[in-house]
Amino acid sequence: MIQPVMTLDTYGLLCPVPIMKTASAIREIAVGEVLEVLADDPQILEDMPAWCASNGHALLDTIEEGEEYRLFVKKVK
Amino acid sequence: MSKPVKAVGLLSGGLDSTIAAAMLMRQGIEIQGLTFYTGFCVVEHNRRSKTRKRKKPVRNEALQAGAKLDLPVEMIDISGPDYLKVLTDPKYGYGKTVNPCIDCRIFMFRRARQYMDEIGAQFMFTGEVLGQRPMSQRRQPMNVIDRDAELDGLLLRPLSAKRLPPTVPEQEGWVDREQLGDIQGRSRQKQMEMAEEYGIEDYPSPAGGCCYLTDENFGRRILDFFEYEGKENLTMDDVMLLKIGRHFRVKPDVKVVMGREEGENKFLERYTPGRWRLETKDVTGPTTLVEGHPSDDDLRQIAGMTVRYAGSKADPDTPVACHYEDTERILEPSPVEESVLEAWRI
Repeated sequence: MIQPVMTLDTYGLLCPVPIMKTASAIREIAVGEVLEVLADDPQILEDMPAWCASNGHALLDTIEEGEEYRLFVKKVK
Repeated sequence: MSKPVKAVGLLSGGLDSTIAAAMLMRQGIEIQGLTFYTGFCVVEHNRRSKTRKRKKPVRNEALQAGAKLDLPVEMIDISGPDYLKVLTDPKYGYGKTVNPCIDCRIFMFRRARQYMDEIGAQFMFTGEVLGQRPMSQRRQPMNVIDRDAELDGLLLRPLSAKRLPPTVPEQEGWVDREQLGDIQGRSRQKQMEMAEEYGIEDYPSPAGGCCYLTDENFGRRILDFFEYEGKENLTMDDVMLLKIGRHFRVKPDVKVVMGREEGENKFLERYTPGRWRLETKDVTGPTTLVEGHPSDDDLRQIAGMTVRYAGSKADPDTPVACHYEDTERILEPSPVEESVLEAWRI
């Protein structure tokens, strides 16, 4: 079971704003910790994997619940 | 072993900036990608406003390029009052429409220079090609941009470097000028050959008009806003609405914005507070927002316009629901002559 240390609520926001907020939030947690991102913009399913790949973080899981999404990002560096 | 030289690359995710990054990575430069969110990107807007039923999502190309090249990408939001001042009061004027490309470049490069200093990078670069764009990518405007953005010779344009005076990174030997490009003009042939050489695949086709500010329709709407509402009153919410749907100026103080498809209708619903919202009853039709202070007659005519653009199941008498804050009124629409509609169209 993934245990996030912080949850970022981006409901109602459209990409790239959730990605920019994720970038800010990840600076506030320690390496090895997990950030949970809540979103309802389906574009995040494209953008978050690319952002994680380019910035060297790990997207551990993405849970789709209807039109809402929970993404778990592990800070790697 | 000495620390690698670090550079900030302004990355749109297009072919040119991707190749520029690849060229410098080959020279051992450590690259931090940087992309700006302005609120005027056509691709970004399409990602936001079009229907969610689309089979293939539109990608954020800068993030995709970062992932492909394995380089970090920082996204900075520059939309806001300071950036809007660039649009409303450009020192160097507009291009063909309301595109203040030179002032926009200066604004972005100043912010990039600030970011470069913040992260301790030695220089910055772009994928700009000499002579590729008519306003900001000619030699003389490039000099003006570099001077006004106070770049002090720290901006490298790798694709056209051999056609431009040597910059600090070349003079200091951080990069080998001989390995840089000498591309000039609008042809993309050379870049496509280089993409093959660098193994860059699946890149977006040349965007051209990728900024709303170069779009004629958008330009007309912005100028209408300046005339009737005052450019000093422009906000990012106004900008978002100017990019979407059909627009009609019914009276000097009454403007109509109407969605053209489901995605636009949903997008417009977010901007309902403080505006009238009209929708056809029982049959599918557009979401219509009304800005300003419409009279009862205005509303009935706008109801007529809403019916006019509703689906084939609507007839001229289809009732229209008008919402304002918590109130709802059902109106019988007044038909609007096509010639009147055309005169109102912005």
